[in-house]
Amino acid sequence: MLQKIKNEIVESQIFKSVFRHGYPDNDLDRAYAIFSSVFLHVHPVKVRRSALRMRYTFCLGGITLFLFIVLSVTGIWLMFYYTPYTGLAYRNIKDLQFVIFGGNLMRDLHRFAAHGMVLFVWLHMTRVFLTGAYKAPREFNWIVGVVLLVNTLVLSWTGYLLPWDQLAYWAVTVGAKMASYTPLIGQNGPWGPQLGFLPTNDIMFMLLGGTVVGQNALIRFYVLHCVVLPLVVTVFLAVHFWRIRKDGFSGPL
Amino acid sequence: MDEKVTREIFPRDSRKSYGLVELMKKTAPIVRKEPEDTVYVWPNLLMIEIICAILVTVGLMVLIQFEHAPLRSLADPSTTPNPMRAPWYFLGLQELLVYFDPWYAGVVLPGMIIVGLMLFPYLDVNPKGVGYYTYTERKFAVFNYSFGFAIWWITIIIGTYLRGLDWQWYWPWSNHLEHMNPALVTLIPLHLIFVNWFHVSEGVGKLFGDIIFIGYFALGTIIPMIVWKPMYKAMGLWRYLTFSFFFLSMMGVALKIVLRLLFNIKYVLVTPWINI
Ligand code: HEM
Repeated sequence: MLQKIKNEIVESQIFKSVFRHGYPDNDLDRAYAIFSSVFLHVHPVKVRRSALRMRYTFCLGGITLFLFIVLSVTGIWLMFYYTPYTGLAYRNIKDLQFVIFGGNLMRDLHRFAAHGMVLFVWLHMTRVFLTGAYKAPREFNWIVGVVLLVNTLVLSWTGYLLPWDQLAYWAVTVGAKMASYTPLIGQNGPWGPQLGFLPTNDIMFMLLGGTVVGQNALIRFYVLHCVVLPLVVTVFLAVHFWRIRKDGFSGPL
Repeated sequence: MDEKVTREIFPRDSRKSYGLVELMKKTAPIVRKEPEDTVYVWPNLLMIEIICAILVTVGLMVLIQFEHAPLRSLADPSTTPNPMRAPWYFLGLQELLVYFDPWYAGVVLPGMIIVGLMLFPYLDVNPKGVGYYTYTERKFAVFNYSFGFAIWWITIIIGTYLRGLDWQWYWPWSNHLEHMNPALVTLIPLHLIFVNWFHVSEGVGKLFGDIIFIGYFALGTIIPMIVWKPMYKAMGLWRYLTFSFFFLSMMGVALKIVLRLLFNIKYVLVTPWINI
């Protein structure tokens, strides 16, 4: 009975028009299932049996990716309720906490997935290091990885400002203050003032769009956090996965 | 492909067009293994990925039953919280502010960590140990990574659990509501110690500090060149110098932490522009 329903579905014109291959219960269709899908084709059709060994990758890269996906979904959901305006941002978050259905769930998921992503990206890097997977010919993918790592951290940090509470405000104030100590281009950095950098034109001013964390900083961090950095991460992830395929996976032989 | 084609059968020529096939002196498309050793990604790998995703989701769901995303009072530029903590993943850097000036701890050092990480594959010339966990075949590389990672984590732990009001050192059993007397710890630049010990002028004391600082880098670079000649030979001059710079800087961070915590040394290198 179930078999019959399944056959009805996979033989139907609609199914065929979408997937262009039969149900993957034979090797040909298993191959098609991978390489004719835009989502699955990042995989090879076949992998070495040993590459599946959990005790090699511990799935750390995959978990990082999955957390990034969770963050994108919950983040977009949160964007529906959030206004990057200093007079409203905090109240929006309070509404998420106490009024909006599922608000707490989504906010908590977003927050802890973010912590998780930072943690797992470090663990993944450590795995890659300990298995020597950064050595030739994979040096460049390691660099791509470091870019992803930095982006992950900056993403977390820019997101930290958005709730506009004391935690957010002061963490970002301290961080931005660091920028003002940048040598050569910061108002407080070595040779900064000598080169003419003041509170109103140095690197910290550029970062915050002002001399203190205010409305301009909020909108900057919002755009960076919700648009620019996720896009950058996505592009670099595409390169990252492409290179894993091109350079070959390092797994045990 | 880790094995080179020994003889090029068709030299590459940009005027010709090519298919995607490359010729290797091998018996199977996957080097060293018969094709039988492979499995289909659907369903073998996909199943693992789905299980991982489900486990992570369950993990998150369980976690948020116990812990919620924090929300303090509305941002208020006129009240500074004390202590003021960065997010946990930056606490290592924040903790380093105790040991170095902000331009170094907050800007130069993070930059060096990023660049150093990126350069690692190019500085590690040991071809062994790809594709499996090993310590014995690449002790030095593993030591370097672990050392850096350890500093990163130890400083995070100190910043999270052992710092209190005014970013002073608080044990878990200390009274976290009472301010420490800042006069208990007086920081001194190294050169003043020389001034006291040897009764030299401040300028000479500073010179001693500079010599120690530069000597550390110079000797730290030259001695291993002589003692571990094979390593130096394998790396070549520029690679070795780059590595040495990053290695000594990393060790320097650890040394400075010890100097500061045990001997209250504020600076070693003192110049009119920068102090380290
Ligand atoms: C957003 C962050 C990242 C994501 C989502 C990600 C994802 C992945 C995935 C799914 C893999 C496949 C194997 C595995 O799961 O271990 C992988 C491999 C790899 N990753 Fe990442 N990665 C990230 C960051 C990094 C970082 C920070 C580094 C290093 C600095 C790195 C270096 C590598 C390298 C060299 C490989 C190839 C490993 C091999 O062939 O064994 N990645 N990455």
